[in-house]
Amino acid sequence: MTLTITLIALLVTMALALIRAIKGPTVYDRILASNALGTKTVLMIAVLGFVVGDPELYIDIALMYVLIGFIGTVAVLKVSEFGNLGQPQSRTDPEDT
Amino acid sequence: MLIETVNIVLLALLAVTAIAAVRLHDLFAVAMMFSIYSLLAAAMFVLLDAVDVAFTEAAVGVGISTVLMLGTIGLVGRHEQPSTRRSLLPLAVVIATGAALIYGTLDMPFFGDPTAPVHQHVAPFYITGSPSQTGVPNVVTSILASYRGYDTLGELAVIFTAGVGVLALLGLRRRKRPGKEETTK
Repeated sequence: MTLTITLIALLVTMALALIRAIKGPTVYDRILASNALGTKTVLMIAVLGFVVGDPELYIDIALMYVLIGFIGTVAVLKVSEFGNLGQPQSRTDPEDT
Repeated sequence: MLIETVNIVLLALLAVTAIAAVRLHDLFAVAMMFSIYSLLAAAMFVLLDAVDVAFTEAAVGVGISTVLMLGTIGLVGRHEQPSTRRSLLPLAVVIATGAALIYGTLDMPFFGDPTAPVHQHVAPFYITGSPSQTGVPNVVTSILASYRGYDTLGELAVIFTAGVGVLALLGLRRRKRPGKEETTK
């Protein structure tokens, strides 16, 4: 029962975060929304592990998703800050300045 | 019952994400939509008990392909060119091809039908034999890593060769540049 309520709450939160990611007027709304959506997906997988009855495997998968989602978030933030992912032409070395 | 409901909600979110990715014009947002799409698809693969496919989808879709798309956006700019041409002929071609493909599936057995030939040929052998023959609890993992081990090894060799080739194209030029500066200094 508790797991069912938790799952429903997580799915509703995912839907709300998706709406914000689609509508979000600024880039930062979208970054925050997609990050929240990733976190909610990870939590949903962890909860589903207890529903299915195999929590160890599902929590391993959830941890892996957190790590991978972090890469995407870092790339998105870097592009929104610098405009690229570091081309050799535009790179400014600390030694040059 | 609960799992089916979660599946249906995830599929609905997937459809919403796909439509949003087509309709948005800010390519930065589209890249993030693709990332969200891959995340939801990976969650669905976990629900279907295909953990390896879910790992691959998460690593490639959420990680690498998002980084590649963002790198491309950094090169080409983040706004879509408005299309002025009317695209009736491509639409007609796509609809005709889609109708032909759907017509082609009418002969096939229903999705998930246990009496379908594809589930009767070698699948019972793998399902009954894989725990005792390979010792891997997940059937998909045992097929990928044990029964098709040499195939997977060949794929790894191909991917490694491609990676080395890309590094040879990109990395050498980048290494030389700071070296030249050091010699001129």
